[in-house]
Amino acid sequence: MDFAIALLAGPQDPAARSALEFSRAVLAAGHRISRLFFYRDGVLLASQLNVVPQDEKDIGAEWRQFIQDNHLDAVVCIAAALRRGVLNPAEAERWDRPAANTAEPWELSGLGQWVDALQSADRAVTFGT
Amino acid sequence: MKSLLVISRHSPARPQAREALDVALSAAAFGVPCGILFMDDGVFQLIKGQDAAQIAQKSLAANLQALPLYGVEDVLVCQHSLGDRGIQANRCMLDARVLNNAEIAALIEHYDQVLTL
Repeated sequence: MDFAIALLAGPQDPAARSALEFSRAVLAAGHRISRLFFYRDGVLLASQLNVVPQDEKDIGAEWRQFIQDNHLDAVVCIAAALRRGVLNPAEAERWDRPAANTAEPWELSGLGQWVDALQSADRAVTFGT
Repeated sequence: MKSLLVISRHSPARPQAREALDVALSAAAFGVPCGILFMDDGVFQLIKGQDAAQIAQKSLAANLQALPLYGVEDVLVCQHSLGDRGIQANRCMLDARVLNNAEIAALIEHYDQVLTL
């Protein structure tokens, strides 16, 4: 089965962990993830500037690893990301900002990517309120 | 095409309100049969005569009024949420149709996909 999975909550929210564990379980059960979509505060997962204390889990790093290991399509809503200061090098240059804080495997793109994923997936699951 | 119901639950001052509306508008722009249900504090988005400029925000009204233009067929509001907040249905813009809990259950059943934002 094809799953489209969206995360709406940021790294501080337990929903970010639930979504990751669910995504792992989907693949472990032999299903596919056609797209991951990060919206609202979920875009903050894509920032590489989050620093967590050494004895705590780095949820952003875990997501990044999971996406890379499984070659997943991980789309971050560009409008939500810009509002929250999550920029890739192209956007940092476009908006004349001093630094970028996100890059591969995350892709900044529009809401249309989510609409498209919702249409094609057998199951669409959203995490975070 | 799979139909999509967006449930918008946040007050107009929060970014979540605009972000829920954006999902409904983009889905409709792609030709997805789409409806939007305002529930909980989301019902405050519909109240006529708000002045967002007083809290240095951009008004949501223009985006709300775009819903029918984009072909969002169902604009609905939860009767229970209105009642809890002492809001009369005639204070709502867009002629939002008022639904009771049983009708909301039937609505959720009717749509292929439901997103709560």
